[in-house]
Amino acid sequence: MPIALKQRSVLPGFGLTLGFTLSYLALIVLIPLAGLFVSTARLGFGQFVAAVLSPRVLAAYRLSFGAALAGAAVNAVFGLIVAWVLVRYRFPGKRVLDALVDLPFALPTSVAGITLTALFSKNGWVGSVLEPLGVKVAYTPLGVVVALTFIGLPFVVRTLQPVLQDIDPELEEAAASLGAGRLQTFLRVLVPAFLPALLTGFALAFARGVGEYGSVVFIAGNMPMRTEIAPLLIVTKLEQYDYAGATAVAVVLLVVSFALLLAINALQGMTRRREEV
Amino acid sequence: MGTPATQEIAHRAQGVAFSRASALEEPTLVRRLLIGLALAFLGLFLGLPLVAVFANAFSSGLGVFFAAITERDARSAIALTLLVAAICVPLNTLFGVAAAWAIAKFDFRGKSTLVTLIDLPFAVSPVISGLIFVLLFGLQGFFGRWLAAHDVRIIFAIPGIVLATTFITFPFVAHELIPLMEEQGSEEEEAAVSLGAGGFQIFRRVTLSNIRFGLLFGVVLLNARAMGEFGAVSVVSGHVRGYTNTMPLHVEILYNEYQSAAAFAVASLLALLALVTLALKALLEWKMQRRGGVG
Repeated sequence: MPIALKQRSVLPGFGLTLGFTLSYLALIVLIPLAGLFVSTARLGFGQFVAAVLSPRVLAAYRLSFGAALAGAAVNAVFGLIVAWVLVRYRFPGKRVLDALVDLPFALPTSVAGITLTALFSKNGWVGSVLEPLGVKVAYTPLGVVVALTFIGLPFVVRTLQPVLQDIDPELEEAAASLGAGRLQTFLRVLVPAFLPALLTGFALAFARGVGEYGSVVFIAGNMPMRTEIAPLLIVTKLEQYDYAGATAVAVVLLVVSFALLLAINALQGMTRRREEV
Repeated sequence: MGTPATQEIAHRAQGVAFSRASALEEPTLVRRLLIGLALAFLGLFLGLPLVAVFANAFSSGLGVFFAAITERDARSAIALTLLVAAICVPLNTLFGVAAAWAIAKFDFRGKSTLVTLIDLPFAVSPVISGLIFVLLFGLQGFFGRWLAAHDVRIIFAIPGIVLATTFITFPFVAHELIPLMEEQGSEEEEAAVSLGAGGFQIFRRVTLSNIRFGLLFGVVLLNARAMGEFGAVSVVSGHVRGYTNTMPLHVEILYNEYQSAAAFAVASLLALLALVTLALKALLEWKMQRRGGVG
């Protein structure tokens, strides 16, 4: 069968490695995920709609999607600045800073969660400065945005960096020799070159934010209808043995994530084609 | 010096050079402003939290710190975290290498679909990654009754934690190796075949030496996530102290019990792991870049 599937190659091990890959993929990922959809199918349409459209669930979706969008937008602006500065300028401490950008990937989310809460609560280093100004962060929706900004930061920076690095300097030189000013060159030459990457980073940060749990639950305060995110609602329903409700909330979240994944793949395809041209 | 004519030319050339430079880089003021903004943003969102973890960990003194990381429940959480990583990391590494070999060295139908499917766990919320195993093996799950009848516990026990962590960290090594091995092609391996080398020999002598930094890179990231996963593990663990508590869960329990200094003490160990991960990552990236520059 492998011979029918693959093109000729002198290398050994195709059947063995592909066979192992497919079985392991099915066992760990595909079958468990399929179970979620089978459980949903068992629910029946009425029960599913009732679970997903209850006011508490809708409020949780609104918060999860809204805060993830806001966090991704903050990262799109500041992530672009950070990536730009790290690629284009030289300053002391740059390499350490560059390595530090991945901290949100490497730091366990519960550690991030309690630390951000400690920083932004009333007595924290940042909270004690903001509170007198009337800005409350911890235990408000703004706290959710702060946590999701932290979590999404590396996605934008790491997607932009290689693209900014690879922009051909001749493009900018050509624009300059044709009389374009710096701002004009930036807007007309550079922005179109990195825009697909910026959008990809934005979408990755958004997708991660929608499903994020650990870093958010500590700082959010978790009040139903106000600061309760969708993943937390899944956990709450599970703890109450409401498997059907948890499954319904999860399936909507999962379908959105998969749609985002497809969009991101398409965007990355666009970036690659642009590079080839 | 020179004639007025040559002076005029020199002057113009200078002018052109000046305007070219100003069109190729931002004014100094803008540059400083951007660097300032970047530093402020990273300082607020990365620098401060990092300092705060350690400051809070030692806020009640060294005694509390060492007591917190050496008491019985903490030790059992550390042991469980190491155990879970010791199972997940080799399994997913083996998978990553096998998948990358099949995908990078051969052409077959459905390859790009397979690559997308391998990355799927990256798109799944950690909580949902735990939920799917509860639906399969929980008491009300598909196999729940059968498992209960045979007295096998998966959910609220160690096997569930291992499964959820394996799911979450599934793509890491494959995700690093596939593009790397595709870029390297198979010429060296084909040469080894023509010299009569066997499959495993080719892999060990040729491929492994070409991919070793990329492989290590993937393993380092895989390990960090396996030890630090919180959401997925939280759903399947049941939070039984001294039994199904990993380090990230132990941090949560201590924090919720208002033992802030103890929570941050355990958290600081995880932060240390994150820093080691970042350092190794930077080192390996540097090595790979140098290799890329030479070869």
